[in-house]
Amino acid sequence: MKPQTIKAQPKDAIKDASMLKQKEMMAKHYDRLSDARENGEKVASTFVPGNLNELLMCFDLVNNLPEVNAIQSGLRKQSGAYIMEAERAGHSEDVCTYVKSDIGMMAKGNIGPNGRKLPDPDVLMLSYTGCFTFMKWFELLREQYKCETIFFQTPYMADGKITPNMIQYMVRQLKEEVIPKLEKVSGVKFDLDRLREYLGKSAKAEDDLVYILKSAKHKPSPIDAYFGGIYYIGPIFGAFRGTDDAVEYYRFLRKEVDQRIAAGLGPVTPDGPMGEEKYRLVVEGPPNYTHFRQFWKMFHDEGATVVASSYTKVGGTYDYGFRHDPARPLESLAEYCLGVYTNRSLPMRIDMLVDHMDEYQADGLVINSIKSCNSFSAGQLLIMREVEKRTGKPAVFIETDLVDPRYFSAANVKNRLESYFQMIEQKRSGASRGAAA
Amino acid sequence: MKTFVGIDLGSTTTKAVLMDEERQIIGRGITNSRSNYDTACRVAGQEAAIDARFTLFRREFDADGAGQTRVEEFLCGLERSFRLEQFLEQLEDLEQTCLGQVKGERFEKIGDGVRQALGEVFRRLRAEAPAMFAPGAVRKSDFFRDIAGSRYLAVAEEVARDAGLSYDLLLNVYDKSIIAVENRPPSGSLSDKFKRALDRVTAQGMEPGEELIRRVDRALGIELEETYLVGTGYGRVTLPFSKEHIRSEILCHGLGAHMMYPETRTVLDIGGQDTKGIQIDARGIVENFQMNDRCAAGCGRYLGYIADEMNMGVHELGPLAMKSDKPTRINSTCTVFAGAELRDRLALGERREDILAGLHRAIILRAMSILSRSGGVSDQFTFTGGVAKNEAAVRELKKLVFENYGEVTINIDPDSIYTGALGGAEFARRAVEGRMEGLNG
Repeated sequence: MKPQTIKAQPKDAIKDASMLKQKEMMAKHYDRLSDARENGEKVASTFVPGNLNELLMCFDLVNNLPEVNAIQSGLRKQSGAYIMEAERAGHSEDVCTYVKSDIGMMAKGNIGPNGRKLPDPDVLMLSYTGCFTFMKWFELLREQYKCETIFFQTPYMADGKITPNMIQYMVRQLKEEVIPKLEKVSGVKFDLDRLREYLGKSAKAEDDLVYILKSAKHKPSPIDAYFGGIYYIGPIFGAFRGTDDAVEYYRFLRKEVDQRIAAGLGPVTPDGPMGEEKYRLVVEGPPNYTHFRQFWKMFHDEGATVVASSYTKVGGTYDYGFRHDPARPLESLAEYCLGVYTNRSLPMRIDMLVDHMDEYQADGLVINSIKSCNSFSAGQLLIMREVEKRTGKPAVFIETDLVDPRYFSAANVKNRLESYFQMIEQKRSGASRGAAA
Repeated sequence: MKTFVGIDLGSTTTKAVLMDEERQIIGRGITNSRSNYDTACRVAGQEAAIDARFTLFRREFDADGAGQTRVEEFLCGLERSFRLEQFLEQLEDLEQTCLGQVKGERFEKIGDGVRQALGEVFRRLRAEAPAMFAPGAVRKSDFFRDIAGSRYLAVAEEVARDAGLSYDLLLNVYDKSIIAVENRPPSGSLSDKFKRALDRVTAQGMEPGEELIRRVDRALGIELEETYLVGTGYGRVTLPFSKEHIRSEILCHGLGAHMMYPETRTVLDIGGQDTKGIQIDARGIVENFQMNDRCAAGCGRYLGYIADEMNMGVHELGPLAMKSDKPTRINSTCTVFAGAELRDRLALGERREDILAGLHRAIILRAMSILSRSGGVSDQFTFTGGVAKNEAAVRELKKLVFENYGEVTINIDPDSIYTGALGGAEFARRAVEGRMEGLNG
């Protein structure tokens, strides 16, 4: 068997201005984290889905996201070694690889993507939004850091509806548990007006984000809503929601997208601008980060643009109308957590994907099933069948992992994707020819 | 005449199918993929072209139908003689290559002895060759490497012993040479080989007569024009085919199965590296598919490893497994652990046939899981790929399909290994027609 030859990649990936700006923001944030002790700042570790960034900012806490650290390690090809380190410590091969990358990184000195040590957290802020592993992950971190751990329980959207009881339950937790504990850890008194101000800024940035996501309705789509989308959600899903920086970034990005729409251009990919848009796809599931560029190129080479994805909704479903609301500060934080994609039931996820297929006039659905993420993967085959049935559009199932490089088989993924694109072609032409064949 | 070529570059074997304008298969060729897809592609293509000549011969005689038995005997004789000629030619190449290895310090003192021994080995191999291609002779494989290799090992052992030479030395010379020979597609003109084969048949006392010769000549004179070629399979990306000449193997297997059995709705293909479950519609268009992930557990290669571990030929596994009435329960089809699993079982005193039957069942269980994920089994169900030739695998498949999906027509073509190449050839034909079911057409 001859190994597939992979051409050497040019050193620098092509990035548009907003991507560079995003990168700069992230770098600055990592430096802030590394300097936190020196500057007397306290650190809260928390997760992307259901993160309460505005609330943390009210207590002058710096937001550290272990998932994003794992993603950064994946992109920088360091996660493989971290995962092995965690496995040496006894974690099984099947455990979530975000967790193992994080544990391995800690074991190896907790060096962040900026090459500097990340601070130990002062508080673990767990908004539980559908991923059971998050809970276990923070149990491990609590054991490691022996710091205050706050558990903010978000009811699962099993019936697809937010009830007043749910909101009440969550607001009460915020008032009685979350806020008092954050006050204690930070030594800062909670100020509701400060929260309102941040939430106002969040809503502004969220408006622009939705505009950007919806721009994919254009043909050709000016954005890639999966691979490119991951850049776009970075600031708002992370440490920037509620800041002026985020407002400015999304304004900037919106202008960039508008320019591409005006020029009739497709998205920019690391390997150059998108050529002719041959396929418009919806993607379900997180991407693979260890071979992110190679993975994207498999779509780019075939003229496939992702016009909508569920992954860009894990940190909030803004395109479904939700906005952080200064008039209902605590209630809207609760609603935000309830609505994130990971907290949605299978029927809700199916409805969302079907809507996306129709709304964005997609040719089909790609499911990237993550080996080590049961939270996302359980039920995906059922989702696929149901979306196929309801839209009449073909779907494909590929399997990779978040940050474990051992689970990425380029030849296998490419084979499935190529087969899938040819299948769409065959169906298109079969349909136009009727039963003549 | 116009021909359309489909080439399926599998991880284990490379297959070629030649199709005419009437969608009739006129030639099939197969070779082991080696580590060189380029050569494999040329060899398989050439084999298909040779096979096509015999189809053309038969067509020459089909029209009047007279004297069929005599004609058939003659054509079979011609084919055997042709294969023999081809074998002798490659044997000659192997001998020269082996002799070329006898040089340098290592051979300073023993060079002459080794050359003599090699001469003797090849003399014996040539002498026994006609018997291997005699009527009714059974060869374990049609690949030169397999036939020549196993005989070389046996003969060289005797010769080395008689000459007081090291057997390992002769083995070493062979090992170094066979790869080079294998990576050289058979040279020489095909029609010369046909002429020599014809002489051989005549010499055997089979008098073809002028009419026969005239018709054979006429068939030999037909030019086979390679009108369009489509490549598919594992190695397709490594070939210098441009994009419009490449099709996914999923689509090719779907279409190939549809052509063999138009009522096919579900296809299972178990190849060397991949297991694929494919659902197709009434026109052979792929509706859905699933395949194994990056791990090749339970694919054809797995059986290959098992055969190696048991020191058996891969074709002998099925028949031995068929002797079992109490299959062992095997949990893992991991190729990496196959050897360990096997040795554990043997150490526990379990019978070889029971272990093998269990292994076959495990493979099919894995295939059933892939099938169910692709949408289950619908009537009719077509099983393709190298593993479809394995009777023990087929027995388990039939059992499990019946248990899970009830009465379903199961098609297994003896030439099912060519399914992907057949689909490729049809895509090639459609490409020229300008209809590609949309594929870049």
